[in-house]
Amino acid sequence: MARVRVLVRPKEGILDPQGVAVERALPALGFDGVSNVHVGRLIELDVDDPSTVDAMCQKLLANPLVEDYEIVS
Amino acid sequence: MKFGVITFPGTCDDVDARLACARVEGSDVVALWHRDRDLQGVDAVVVPGGFSYGDYLRAGAIARFSPMMESVIEFANDGGTVLGICNGFQVLCEAGLLPGALLPNVGLRFLCRQVNLEVVDTDTRFTSGMQTGEVLSIPAKHMSGRYFVPEDQVDGVRVVVRYAHDGNPNGSSNDIAGVCNAEGNVFGLMPHPEHAVDELTGSTDGLRIFQSMAGALV
Repeated sequence: MARVRVLVRPKEGILDPQGVAVERALPALGFDGVSNVHVGRLIELDVDDPSTVDAMCQKLLANPLVEDYEIVS
Repeated sequence: MKFGVITFPGTCDDVDARLACARVEGSDVVALWHRDRDLQGVDAVVVPGGFSYGDYLRAGAIARFSPMMESVIEFANDGGTVLGICNGFQVLCEAGLLPGALLPNVGLRFLCRQVNLEVVDTDTRFTSGMQTGEVLSIPAKHMSGRYFVPEDQVDGVRVVVRYAHDGNPNGSSNDIAGVCNAEGNVFGLMPHPEHAVDELTGSTDGLRIFQSMAGALV
């Protein structure tokens, strides 16, 4: 059994309104000098066979048309 | 004409969709449960709006793998008539029956308002009897309705309805509100024709889509 983490983020070039909203909120709290904010999601899973995770990402965990994913252990 | 309307856990517009189908003269309507596989011999399937599986992961992502959707994919690939509304449109995109994806609205606000839809393609089972350029008044209510296709693919998409009069409410590519597949038997749109079937609520334009589906079979 292996612990696997999958990071899913909006594909570059696709408008990410959540990232924009966060980027605009930070200066209001006094955090200046922040740019290029993107909001994605983290999926953590225990799997018997980590080699199956890529197929899981392709099929369900991410939508490859609009999202990039990265498998980190 | 026998319509089937799917209910997933979290679907909320199935009842209105069944009522809309029932308003088509001579129609018969059955409810289809997400866990079943039997399409009960329907002539057309409606995948209604709501929040199937709580919109977990991505809207429509989990519903797409339900047993009933496996039957619907087979039905669609055999040329069966399938209409996806709002969350149903998201499910059909996730299932690969329609091109593209639906992303969170620009502005991140839940949108709920009457929209004007320009009919672009009248050569489908869903828009027969309509005129090119005619405008339908239909309500929209969604959080993730921004239709997206990569720019190099947008020309290949068969657009059926667009948001009219610069009224794009969610940032959709090319004002696209609804698309069909190349064969024209699967149609998905974000606005809700099933909520526009009675003058009491402001418009009966939505009913014409259901009538067109029935007419196409006669």
